[in-house]
Amino acid sequence: MNQTKRTEVISNSNLLLIIAAVIFVLMYGFAILRYPGSFLQYQTFFDMFSLNAPLIILTLGLSIVMIGGGIDISVGAVTGLVTMCCAVFLEFGPRNIGGSMLLALGIGIAFGLLQGFLIAYLEIQPFIITLAGMFLANGLLTTIHKDPLNVTLPDFVRLRDSEIVIQWLGITNRLGKFIPLTIKPGAVIALALVVLMVILMHWSRFGRNLYAVGGNSQSALMLGINVKRTKFYSYALCGLLTGIAGFVFILTTGAGNVGNATGFEMKAIAGSIIGGTMLSGGVGNLIGSPVGALTLLTINELIRAAGVNSNFQAIASGMMLCIFIVLQSSVLWLRGKGRFRLALPAWLSRVRS
Amino acid sequence: MMRVRLRGVQVFLPLSVLAILILINLIKGADYFSISIINGALYGNIPNILFGASELVILSIGMTLVTSSSGGQDISVGVAAAISSSVFVRILLGAGSITWMTILVAFLASCVVGILIGAFNGTLVAIFSVQPMVATLILYTAGRSIAFLVDGRLSPVLANDLTSQIGSVIPGIPIQTPILLTVIFVILFAILLRTTNLKLYSQSVGINQKAARLNGINPVRIKILTYMILGVCTAVAGFIAVTKAGRHDSVNLLKYVEMDAILAVAIGGNALGGGKFSIAGSIIGAYTIEVLNRTLLRLEVDTETIKAFKAVFIIILMVIASPVVREYVAKSVKLMRARRDGAVQTQLADGTDAARVSEAAIPTEKEV
Repeated sequence: MNQTKRTEVISNSNLLLIIAAVIFVLMYGFAILRYPGSFLQYQTFFDMFSLNAPLIILTLGLSIVMIGGGIDISVGAVTGLVTMCCAVFLEFGPRNIGGSMLLALGIGIAFGLLQGFLIAYLEIQPFIITLAGMFLANGLLTTIHKDPLNVTLPDFVRLRDSEIVIQWLGITNRLGKFIPLTIKPGAVIALALVVLMVILMHWSRFGRNLYAVGGNSQSALMLGINVKRTKFYSYALCGLLTGIAGFVFILTTGAGNVGNATGFEMKAIAGSIIGGTMLSGGVGNLIGSPVGALTLLTINELIRAAGVNSNFQAIASGMMLCIFIVLQSSVLWLRGKGRFRLALPAWLSRVRS
Repeated sequence: MMRVRLRGVQVFLPLSVLAILILINLIKGADYFSISIINGALYGNIPNILFGASELVILSIGMTLVTSSSGGQDISVGVAAAISSSVFVRILLGAGSITWMTILVAFLASCVVGILIGAFNGTLVAIFSVQPMVATLILYTAGRSIAFLVDGRLSPVLANDLTSQIGSVIPGIPIQTPILLTVIFVILFAILLRTTNLKLYSQSVGINQKAARLNGINPVRIKILTYMILGVCTAVAGFIAVTKAGRHDSVNLLKYVEMDAILAVAIGGNALGGGKFSIAGSIIGAYTIEVLNRTLLRLEVDTETIKAFKAVFIIILMVIASPVVREYVAKSVKLMRARRDGAVQTQLADGTDAARVSEAAIPTEKEV
């Protein structure tokens, strides 16, 4: 980054990330002001991570695919399939946690490889192929097992109920009893993956190539990047993340169910967009993806705390999405016209050399 | 010449798939085409398919137009149909007496709602240049809740003769009404495309927006117009769906139809990236999906497994239709012909070798 002379003060990806972060902070600040009792506790914040770790992981995967200029709408259904397969494996199969982990990763990667091959090498439209993938995963899910299946394997239950306790962030409740902060293992996995993926996308050859391919695949080809292989890898990676998300899902809920993770694909797409990833490809910062997902979740928590009709939850999410999309597009438009410039703070400007 | 051949393939593929599906049905039972008359109306497999696919056909027509002009798909069509039909039901139930007049008024009102929804989506797409899928994701998220709020309660019932006649059969007419409505809609749409230059304009906007602008076409206006037309389509589809069901279930009305509509457009051989389109292809695609669903049911595939079969079918179809596979097949056919031609074997062998080298050179360039 030091060598390249940058004409823009700050790249589009980072600008959108900053907007997302500011909106999230404003949102959470409003929530704290409005409901200080619940939102001021650290536990509320970390619970959002713990309970929605699968969604955050899916958002990461989707952002990667979207940066490459594609889309994957099969993630929700594949996650559901993975949870059910793991549940069946743990309940009726060899009852082995390591095996179920491998199974989850295998299913995810298998879907990723299949879809990636069809999309990248046979040049079929990603929307249609991943739609077919969604149907396939749904069909297989109901074929394997239809009824909710609770995993009773003792080892697994112990793993499911295990929590990481952080003493120094705990609070003392009204009765004077000390309650430490607890985090589910899923949240730790999600956080680790966020860090890993950010590093991968920013500093690896694959990540850089993917940005180039998503921005303009023709120019990427001229630069000597293997466009097809890069796209293929991005779908495979998304599939792998989906497999992990499926395992984290069953680690959180402990049951396989037909309705698991339905509609997650649209939530993940919305999270990615709010996080500043553009569907047209080439623009996006992976730190933004969890921020986007958390913004959506904060809205839902706020509405739940307000106790209004649950229908307003969907409407508020939609309105939020609308505001954000319009904001994003106007900022980009203004930048295109050269009327909007953001000065970089001093501690960041050394990047420009 | 190339274009003509490609256009031929475009409708040929879904048609041949349709033929194969019908053949499978005939093998399963020879009485597939049998039509019986119950209560003065035609029933049977074919009328049922036409009946079942009516909403999908109407939606896929609008979707084709939107795909052509904006290069993206509207995923809110099912939701938009739920909203517009909820307005229809609300007005009809509020009117007290239900006559043909009130039905017409309520239908027109629902069309206006559909147009407004289309204008909203179109504005986001055209003026704010948001990708269509993202823009319509807003309504997709919020829409069913809005429809519920318009309804005011869970699934209001339309219990009267007139709307149930629209949903099934009007006495004296031997064909189910939704089929007639679909035919009328298709004819009206065909007239619209023949008499106006909408098709040319939306194609040129879809192929190259800047070039279209330089030629005096306003891309913004064309895009919003196509979304408004899709809005009318959703209103009509919602109207048919709600009269068929006899009640307005805001959660389940036309659920997942957007995916099928996009699929119909793709099966019809239209590029999802915009540009040239064929409405006939989309209509055939929509009927193909319906026939596929019913064939799987007829073959007694478990209802749980149907989706997986459908997915495999779609994947195979898209692989056959993919440009890479098509190119490869064309190439190998050419090679085979060259080999078969024994008389000028030596000459041709040189030629084909040269051709092979030059063809091989292109992919390796890409591989680097």
